[in-house]
Amino acid sequence: MTQELFRLEDLGFAHDPARPVLAGLEFSLSAGERVAVLGDNGAGKTTLLHLMVGLLRPQAGRVLAFGAERRREADFHDVRARAGLLFQDPDDQLFCPTVAEDVAFGPLNLGAGRAEAQDAVAEALEQVGLPGFGERVTHKLSGGEKRLVTLAAVLAMRPEVLLLDEPSNALDRAARERLIDILAGLPQAMVIVSHDDDLVERLATRRVVLRGGRIEE
Amino acid sequence: MTPVPAHLLAPQGPARSLVARLDPRTRVLAAALFAVVAVAAQGIMAQLAALGVAAGLCLLARLPMRTVLRRLLALEVFMALVLVTLPFTVPGQTLFTLGGLTASAEGMERALSVAAIASAVMLAVQALLASMETVALGHALARLGVPARLATLMLFTLRYVEVLHQEYGRLRLAMRARAFRPRTGWHTWRAYGWLVGMLLVNSVERSERIHAAMRLRGFRGHYPILDLGRAGGLDWGFGAVHTASLALVLAVGMM
Repeated sequence: MTQELFRLEDLGFAHDPARPVLAGLEFSLSAGERVAVLGDNGAGKTTLLHLMVGLLRPQAGRVLAFGAERRREADFHDVRARAGLLFQDPDDQLFCPTVAEDVAFGPLNLGAGRAEAQDAVAEALEQVGLPGFGERVTHKLSGGEKRLVTLAAVLAMRPEVLLLDEPSNALDRAARERLIDILAGLPQAMVIVSHDDDLVERLATRRVVLRGGRIEE
Repeated sequence: MTPVPAHLLAPQGPARSLVARLDPRTRVLAAALFAVVAVAAQGIMAQLAALGVAAGLCLLARLPMRTVLRRLLALEVFMALVLVTLPFTVPGQTLFTLGGLTASAEGMERALSVAAIASAVMLAVQALLASMETVALGHALARLGVPARLATLMLFTLRYVEVLHQEYGRLRLAMRARAFRPRTGWHTWRAYGWLVGMLLVNSVERSERIHAAMRLRGFRGHYPILDLGRAGGLDWGFGAVHTASLALVLAVGMM
């Protein structure tokens, strides 16, 4: 049997108790899988990703990640290093003045030294096909470049899982193609939330639908 | 391989001026010392001397003259009320009368010294601190022994001022796209009210998302401190000359 990375058991979550977003949700992710999560706007797809890395806490059920149950903020510290979440809006993620600083932020937080962080930055930018972008100013990048830089920032932490929240959102055709090619070449297990049929077609090994607060295969 | 840009590791300034090559800590200490001396300087001569030292620092930092003057002007306008009223409110020897109000020589001197001190400190801060990357400033403060919490708080404040500003820009753009033009009237005032309200709501939400993105990348309440090199001969030399000129400023005040 392949290694199980995430298991969500009987998960329940509501911003407003009268209208629960998720209820009795079951989900698991194994190494090597690329699972596409489909569903209508407001079905709770982003909420699901945020629950997996502890940005939100469930009101019911259990989150198991990398073989251990995760409850408190401290439990999630290493989950966030091992499962990289890519935000829907790159502008929410980029906050350092230059690309290299932004990409180095994660490795530095994980305790990397200056040289190590430098290596991680170079390697991650190479992986997304933006070598030499280190000195660029983040807010002057194009939409496609911002997306790739945020992906590099996540890859620089060398995660085992990628959680992608509508990665191809608002990208033009060329940038989208490039992103799909890059993602297809990565070894990580992925959870992909997307409305982009072509992207799902080319990347996903399994599809699930989030409907009525539950996962349907 | 992509090198980490220099300003991740070192402070920045236009064209690597002398000030830009200094250790960030030297700059922070020099600015603090300057502020103390400028406020302590006795008499208008000493205060003008401090202003001279500040102008010298601006030259050393090779700041663009236009920007410096524009910021200085903004400060003087801000203080205009104080500068105009002081001569008439401080009692003393009559200098001249204007429509029944008497301006005193003491008040005039007081106004001049307020302007001189404020301008001097402003210029020095511009030369020594404003040209520095905020992250470098935070690191310098932390390495000088300022509690990490305070240094982080300062960095966050600077960061979120930028968030507010960006959000304001976005909303203004949205307003202009729908042909909003400020006039005097309820429509304009109400629109501005909404703008401010929306600005706060959006900024809080946006900062929450940024905070989430930072936590995801392992942020636990403080920025990692890189080893930013150490103070060298240049720093000691600059420190010595700086201290000497400030001592001279104090000496002028005691004459």
